[in-house]
Amino acid sequence: MKVLYFAWLRERLDRDSDEIDIPASVETVADLMDFLAARDEGFALAAENRALIRAAVDEELVDHDASVRGARTVALFPPMTGG
Amino acid sequence: MRVRLQAEPFDPGAESNAFLARARGAGASVTFTGLVRSLAGDPIESMTLEHYPALAQRQLETLAGEAITRFSLIDADVIHRFGTLYPNEPIVQVMTLAPHRQAAFDGANFIMDTLKTDAPFWKKEKRAQGEVWVEAKSGDDAAAARWK
Repeated sequence: MKVLYFAWLRERLDRDSDEIDIPASVETVADLMDFLAARDEGFALAAENRALIRAAVDEELVDHDASVRGARTVALFPPMTGG
Repeated sequence: MRVRLQAEPFDPGAESNAFLARARGAGASVTFTGLVRSLAGDPIESMTLEHYPALAQRQLETLAGEAITRFSLIDADVIHRFGTLYPNEPIVQVMTLAPHRQAAFDGANFIMDTLKTDAPFWKKEKRAQGEVWVEAKSGDDAAAARWK
């Protein structure tokens, strides 16, 4: 699975993506963030305020309880500030 | 319905005229142009707009489509820039065509309010002191929520 990062999350992590194999226990966006935080202290710090992080699964905006099963791409990012 | 993401500046008047030239049976059109704001007391040098290209295109197309259906618009276009922008330059332009003015206003309002919170763009402002990410405003959430 490819995980993309944007804006200050990308800057704090100092990379714009990860290619990872996720265990079967990771079912939702929230599980994925727990998994990323457990394997990488940098992510735990960067995404300290988990409630702020928005997500998209295969280019669709979703909530943290959405499934990531079989997803090709999950994007994680701060609140959007366009327009 | 046309949605365009681009790094280059655009000419708001020319875009509006081209959009109006496609008007068929419309009685009203609204054009909203969002600009890079730099206040005299707290000037910015430039702004960088980061975006998630595939999702941004898709979200804006979805929003414009929703606006057309919900407000019975004849057409709706969105232009949004990314990359480095300078004070007073246009960032975004939303244009709607409708039989009557209320739908044209409401459609443009809906697209802008929802775009602010649901289209993947992130602004970073550069000042003499350094660069800072613009924080999302709770007022923007409230503005988007009133259409739900």
